[in-house]
Amino acid sequence: MKTIEEIKAAIDAAIPDAGVVIVPNPSPSGQHSLLLDPAHATQVAKFLRSDAELSFDFLSNATGVDWPDKEVAERVKVTRPVTKLVDGVEQTAEETVEETRKHIEPGCLEAVYHLFSMEKKHGPLVVRMRTVNRTDQVDLPSLTPIWRSAEFQEREIFDLFGIVFTGHPDLRRILMWDGFVDHPMRRDYVEPDDFEYEPTAHDEVLARAQAHQSVELAAQSAEQQAATAGKKETGAAK
Amino acid sequence: MTKIASLIGFGRKKKPEGWNRPPVMEQGNEGELLEVAMGPHHPSTHGVFRMDLALDGERVIRLKPEFGYLHRNHEKLGEGQSYLSSMPFTDRLDYLCPLSNNWAYALAVEKLTGQAVPERAEYLRVILAELTRFQNHAGSIGFLMQDMGCSGTPLMYAFREREKILDLFEELTGARMMCNYMRFGGCRVDATPAWLDATRKLVAGLPKFVDEFEALLRSNEILMARTQGVGILKPDLAVNAGITGPLLRASGVNYDLRKVDHYGIYDRFDFRVPLGDHGDVYDRFMVRMLEMRESLKILEQALKDIPGGPVMDPKAKIRGFRPKQGEAYGRIESPKGELGFYLISDGSPNPYRYRVRPPSLINLTVLEDMALGQNVADVVLILGSVDIVLGEVDR
Amino acid sequence: MAVDEQLKIEMRKQGIVVTSIQELYNWGRRSSIWPMNFGLACCAIEMIATTMARYDMARFGAEVFRPSPRQADLLIVSGTVTKKMAPQVVRLYNQMPEPRYVIAMGACAISGGPFKQGYNVLKGIDRYIPVDIHIPGCPPRPEALLSAFMALQKKIDAQPLTGEGRPRFLDSEAQGEFPVPVPGEHDLEPASNKGVWTVPVVIR
Repeated sequence: MKTIEEIKAAIDAAIPDAGVVIVPNPSPSGQHSLLLDPAHATQVAKFLRSDAELSFDFLSNATGVDWPDKEVAERVKVTRPVTKLVDGVEQTAEETVEETRKHIEPGCLEAVYHLFSMEKKHGPLVVRMRTVNRTDQVDLPSLTPIWRSAEFQEREIFDLFGIVFTGHPDLRRILMWDGFVDHPMRRDYVEPDDFEYEPTAHDEVLARAQAHQSVELAAQSAEQQAATAGKKETGAAK
Repeated sequence: MTKIASLIGFGRKKKPEGWNRPPVMEQGNEGELLEVAMGPHHPSTHGVFRMDLALDGERVIRLKPEFGYLHRNHEKLGEGQSYLSSMPFTDRLDYLCPLSNNWAYALAVEKLTGQAVPERAEYLRVILAELTRFQNHAGSIGFLMQDMGCSGTPLMYAFREREKILDLFEELTGARMMCNYMRFGGCRVDATPAWLDATRKLVAGLPKFVDEFEALLRSNEILMARTQGVGILKPDLAVNAGITGPLLRASGVNYDLRKVDHYGIYDRFDFRVPLGDHGDVYDRFMVRMLEMRESLKILEQALKDIPGGPVMDPKAKIRGFRPKQGEAYGRIESPKGELGFYLISDGSPNPYRYRVRPPSLINLTVLEDMALGQNVADVVLILGSVDIVLGEVDR
Repeated sequence: MAVDEQLKIEMRKQGIVVTSIQELYNWGRRSSIWPMNFGLACCAIEMIATTMARYDMARFGAEVFRPSPRQADLLIVSGTVTKKMAPQVVRLYNQMPEPRYVIAMGACAISGGPFKQGYNVLKGIDRYIPVDIHIPGCPPRPEALLSAFMALQKKIDAQPLTGEGRPRFLDSEAQGEFPVPVPGEHDLEPASNKGVWTVPVVIR
């Protein structure tokens, strides 16, 4: 198989403004990936499948990754005019102060595809696409019209991550039920609270279990009190 | 690689005229589509799997599979615990072939870290994987025959051999089914010479079982009438839909990861890859039967050549296992198809993203195409021939 | 009225069998429990192995596994019950006619098992239906399932026909239909059936 640079060169030769970027992979596996621009992704995919030398006709794996928003803190030198009282007279002077500025780098959702070739028996070629952000602009072009094996896998990415694939023939939830509203594989998903009972609970699970148990204990003691009060009354009445 | 297609063409009977009708409703019947939900509790759906069928009488006009009834969020669990803690959970993915799942995961992590595996461990991995493949294919044929109405007798034959193999697994790994045996850099414990002798004895007796099993089933009239020409899968559609495993090879495409990826030490063994001609249920049945024989060949060679030495790389890091940042995709030829693991590491003890590429889920992409126009009874056989395990489909 | 055991054995030697209606009734009931074909996940494979030639379950009376709930006596919940599947399990249990028993096989059916931290995993089937026997294990060995089956048989044997502890079909006030949960937006509603399961209070 050609190296990743040669593949990028072939794509650039065939589709001039494809906007393909190499994402290097620092691990010993050596599986570098190509980051595609969503606007040209379908064209590039068709080229990868139909090119005589590359001939990537087998889409093996399609998966989603969640990169949440990161809070980045950086120290910045800021020059500001400051008014001070010097010997009873107001003066303005310039002061240089180091400030820590925090800003949020928007995260994104990513779809990663692994391509192989059954004809030439080579691979893998890793291809990625990123959404603009995690909240409202979460659509990507679907590669199902090109490789049918993406059909169920893109439905799963939609179900668990929330990426909307335009051009998918039947985009609906596949693993969770239809009325479910969350996207469980996201990093900020909160699980439903049904850990009422844990025999060896610790840390936050213990805190949650105790919160439930205090409700039950209160209900039980209220029942017991009502029962003893009822008995006392009948006893007193007798 | 030799094409053994001539064996598969044995005894084909001609089908009557107009047998395979297009999935179009007969005139005058529009508006009378019968919608049936087959599953999730059904005797022949191999687990909790639902199919929404739209029928015209007995013919299937539309089939939509529904999953998620066994979704146990394996991937989210993998993100919350360390790499090694996920190894017992991989047992429970394809619960008929736990050792293959272990090997696929160990392979993916070894690709991520560049870990080398000692030779004896490689031989042990091959032996256990081929034993797993044997009992999986035998069970799959047994379940297919049960769906056909045999009421469990071929399944009894298959499970008789499976129990013997499970005895070996229990002696070596400590558990019948959920073995949790492979580690990153080798295997957990070494095999004693007594175990290897017991395995050799078992493998010497298995060809007789395969002969008996095949002879009883191969030319059975009911099997041939019900499976030949049913559920045909064309090779172009199979490749485009990402089908792998015996399902793909029965359609004639020669793609076996043991020969393509050269993972492990499969290059040292001499074995063939059976291919089918027609791509119907009978071809898949015969491909699995022939693959059982090829597994026995590999087993005989591996048991003869297994060297001594350690089964775990002494320099493998177990405590404080933190792979470098990066990602890797490792895959093996499991008995169901291509089982792959995709791991993204960010330098911490837990994986950042842990993904299983399930062969059974992707093999179900073409279920609708194979079943259109056939009778409802054939849908059961087609599903049985795809050989799915719901633990893998839903993870 | 119980008959002295020695007397029974002596009379048996003479060819006279003495028994009580409760003994006879329960012997008939326990010797032909027909389970329902209900395998969810990995424990189902061990259940199938129990019915195969080596650990034959048919000799205990579980001769046929019925696919239809209307014809079955025993529901062996083998495997993880997910929240998507839970309404179906409760519906099937409601459709079984009395007398019916439930065995929760494996760690997943008892309490969620290794997948307890799952957003889709039901933390034990005993939240919605009453369970008679629990079998721990992941998966439990076929011998464990046979031992549980024998324990169920002992339990049936000990059920009196009148008074406290009689089986549900002889009790006109026992609950027959259990409410089926509905999948909501984040979880099942309700999260558990109040009459069947209460939060166990751990006193340390």
